[in-house]
Amino acid sequence: MNILVCIKQVPDTTEIKIDPVTNTLVRDGVPSIINPFDGYALEAAARIKDKDPDTKIVVLSMGPSQAEAALREALAIAADKAYLVTDRIFGGSDTLATSYILYNAITKVEELEGAKFDAIFCGKQAIDGDTAQVGPELAEYLDYPQVTYALEATAEAGALRILKEGEDGNYVVGVKTPCLITYTKPSFDPRFPTIKRKMAARKATIEKLTSAELTSIDPARAGLKGSPTKVKKTFVPPRKEAGVIIKEETGEESAQKLFTLLSESHVI
Amino acid sequence: MATYNPVTPEIIAQLEQIVPGRVVVGDDVNPDYARDEMPIYGVKMPEVSIDVLTTEEVAGIVKICYENNIPVTTRGAGTGLVGGCTPICGGVVLCTMRMNKILGYDLENFAVTVQPGVLLQQLADDALTHDCLYPPDPGEKMATLGGNVATNAGGMRAVKYGATRDYVRAMTVVLPTGEITHFGSTVSKTSSGYSLTNLMIGSEGTLGIITELTLKLIPAPKATVSLIAPFEDLDACISTVPKVFMNHFKPQALEFFEKEILISSEEYLGKQVFPRKIDGVEAGAYLLLTFDGDSMDELDPIVESAAEMLVEEGALDVLVADTPPKLKDAWAARSSFLEGIEEQTKLLDECDVVVPVNKIAPYVAYVNEIKGDYDFEVKYFGHAGDGNLHIYTCSNDMAEDEFRAQVDKFLSSIYQKAMEFGGQISGEHGIGLGKVKFLAEAVGPVNMALMQGIKKVFDPKMILNPGKVCCTL
Repeated sequence: MNILVCIKQVPDTTEIKIDPVTNTLVRDGVPSIINPFDGYALEAAARIKDKDPDTKIVVLSMGPSQAEAALREALAIAADKAYLVTDRIFGGSDTLATSYILYNAITKVEELEGAKFDAIFCGKQAIDGDTAQVGPELAEYLDYPQVTYALEATAEAGALRILKEGEDGNYVVGVKTPCLITYTKPSFDPRFPTIKRKMAARKATIEKLTSAELTSIDPARAGLKGSPTKVKKTFVPPRKEAGVIIKEETGEESAQKLFTLLSESHVI
Repeated sequence: MATYNPVTPEIIAQLEQIVPGRVVVGDDVNPDYARDEMPIYGVKMPEVSIDVLTTEEVAGIVKICYENNIPVTTRGAGTGLVGGCTPICGGVVLCTMRMNKILGYDLENFAVTVQPGVLLQQLADDALTHDCLYPPDPGEKMATLGGNVATNAGGMRAVKYGATRDYVRAMTVVLPTGEITHFGSTVSKTSSGYSLTNLMIGSEGTLGIITELTLKLIPAPKATVSLIAPFEDLDACISTVPKVFMNHFKPQALEFFEKEILISSEEYLGKQVFPRKIDGVEAGAYLLLTFDGDSMDELDPIVESAAEMLVEEGALDVLVADTPPKLKDAWAARSSFLEGIEEQTKLLDECDVVVPVNKIAPYVAYVNEIKGDYDFEVKYFGHAGDGNLHIYTCSNDMAEDEFRAQVDKFLSSIYQKAMEFGGQISGEHGIGLGKVKFLAEAVGPVNMALMQGIKKVFDPKMILNPGKVCCTL
């Protein structure tokens, strides 16, 4: 199976502090990391490869040349090859322009690799923008079926079996390949790279794709120019606490449980 | 044996004069003030508790207690593990948790002055915003710095940077008489008489009450990498430890643990962090190392050759954590060992012996050899880098009396073995209430008498934290 994992380099928001005077984010000295959800997508691909060592994992990122560090980390964790889409004219792209560029880049990578990808794995969203739009938009450009909020994936003949998160529980769904899957946080973390992979990744060549290689891209649809999104205001949404679902055998038992919980937390 | 007086309404009225509205009496006292994290060594409610705010308040209260022969026990966050802050004679408990201000940095001398109730985590985070590191790194980050100094707390980074003692420059102390005095200064050298500062460090609240601390900082290392080395068995794992130093590596931290304790910690965290199998081989024990330096370029070759050495010594593989999320994951698993054990255990006792690093392997072999003679389970992990082992006795089905009797015998044996190997009975937790008897056995009557003599010079009426360290009731 050939899997392409899309990753984005983001600032580690757990390290970001608010400047008490200006009320803006202090980004100085904040380390860059692989977007955590993309890390889960990479781990999902690695788990498929654990079962079938013939699996090939390619990682793709778009960003400035510093994003190479994220790609090297992905190579150290599990990827076999890495591509970086980087060009000044791609800078400032919104989600629409980004997914358009990535779509063209994927087509180019398939041409260079001489094979189609069976599955495109993405994180459900990036922690710096939180839009959750690029994955689904990319699926539309590719005209692939998509499964969002995936937790785990297993490869089957011509298909993937996906455990996905839902509002009221988890679902298992089957999807024919080629397809696009976006991942949320599962109960495990991406694996630690081994020292051997780490050293190899440090020396690995990262293929760069610029507008010169990606000739199919219409410059009017890329970068700031190609981005219809206008950001009027950004804010941190208030944190919503997780709810508790009480589902006992009988209604009476559920009521009893609710009563116990409420009295334990001193609400009543 | 000292005799103490009860806290009468008249004394309460006097205390009220000093801290109006903050004298808490009888049933209103927070039950947490009766114990630390090891209630097995005893639980006793004080008659009065006071959350103190200033040195002068402490002095005023202590003076009243001194004049009236009332025991005074100081506590911070109560995270101790030897019953050190349990007020076993009742009396007055002074809690320093509200003395929680970082008073100021002296960046020209790399020092910071804090109140004793500042939490370790609070100082660690704050110092980093000044590009400084406060190196002592005990597992319990919610402990107060006053408590850390009182027990000479150690932690993971002690292997490279030393324990709390190495970072205390000066302190303000209220003596049991109520006098206020200062020990030490910000300078790094002193040859000026007996070191009263060092006597206070590790004295567990028996000599004086620390109300202000000046601590040493270092420039924060700019790069950190951790290595995880799984081994097939504990023996191969521990035998590697001295090799780390013989090969001139200087890890900031070097920990060892067995598979079982990792599993209980991962269950507590709700996620698997470290791999259990490497190329089909089950890992039985792990080493976790951290290296720090000024840049990744400086660290990369060190990490590579350390990894090579680990593999030569039998590591099944070497995994790397060099990004903030991975470092956090790796150390979250390590930091939750105690919580993992506590959650699964009804009856728990522990010790934190320290032995020379080249004696860890035979020491652990001895513990494993004798543990079969007892009905409880024995779990352990340790700061391999400095030979400090945390050994836990755990039972869910023994009767408490039987458990205590067996643990007593077990601890006597393993303490004796630690001394035989040239070790000490406590590396970082202290003696408190729980280990007085064992300290006496370990250091002998001459040294015990010296310690008791020092105690009497500071505290002639024996009112400060009675029944602890070198004094029984």
